[in-house]
Amino acid sequence: MHVVIPYVVGALLFGLGVYGVLRRRNAILVLMAVELMLNAVNLILVTADVSLRSALTGVVVESWARPGSAAPGTGGVLALFVIVLAAAEVGVGLAIILQYYRMRRAVVVDDVRLDADEERVAG
Amino acid sequence: MTVADVLLLALGAVAVGAGFLVVTSAHLVRSGLYLVVSLGAIAGLYLVLGAELVAWVQILVYVGAVVVLLLFAVMLTRAPIGPSPDLDRPAVPAVLVGGGAGLGLAALFADAFRWVRYPAPEPGTAERVGEQIFGAWVLPFEVLSILLLSALVGAIVLSRPDIGARTPAVAEEHEAVAEQNKAVAEEHGQEV
Repeated sequence: MHVVIPYVVGALLFGLGVYGVLRRRNAILVLMAVELMLNAVNLILVTADVSLRSALTGVVVESWARPGSAAPGTGGVLALFVIVLAAAEVGVGLAIILQYYRMRRAVVVDDVRLDADEERVAG
Repeated sequence: MTVADVLLLALGAVAVGAGFLVVTSAHLVRSGLYLVVSLGAIAGLYLVLGAELVAWVQILVYVGAVVVLLLFAVMLTRAPIGPSPDLDRPAVPAVLVGGGAGLGLAALFADAFRWVRYPAPEPGTAERVGEQIFGAWVLPFEVLSILLLSALVGAIVLSRPDIGARTPAVAEEHEAVAEQNKAVAEEHGQEV
């Protein structure tokens, strides 16, 4: 298989995620774009597991990078870890967004006023 | 072009196309549903790349839990039927940075890996992934479980107004409810 295809797909998805984070004003849509970026990284990790392992066979390298020392599947394990991190991030992120919505009735990232709370505390 | 290549191309096109719709759609809910398509196509890519367990975890955790949670949040905050006109900022900086990052990385990968054939990997079994996780990666695994626990506790503390920060709206509600209760109690007292 030609590994360049999933690599390019991952790069394009990451670009789309960056575009979404910068373009969207709704906080939930920003989280969705972050998910796209995390998935792009996962895809590249899994692909690297395929390509680098076969590219390194027969190459004399440092001991910490020897392909025989790391059993196949390391990229998949790292991808699993990233998926777990993403799940935790979405949970906490949505809790923050919902709490903010309960306080201000808005989910627009542009309109978040950081000084409003201080005024209220001072007043 | 082998069968694996054709599958990779088709699933990749679906993933990128649906991802494009996620970041451009004017409908909040449709955006979440396109995210399902994109993540599902990425799970298919994992299957072709031989990471079977990662693919099923992707379906379970992402499509099954994360997207449902996101749609749930959309419904809880603001779920307008039809397009929302105020979703986007001006496009130029986002297109510059996002397009630059995406196309630049794509060019880098295309230059590094060219059109070279790599041997297809053996399909990875859950047994091998389990050996990896509980062999070489035990410590990160345990740290991740602590992180999940703290994220759980943090989300609960954030979303419960009685143990988190008190908001003025909630405080007013409490006062209003207390006054109502008082009024009702007085009425009852008069009746008795």
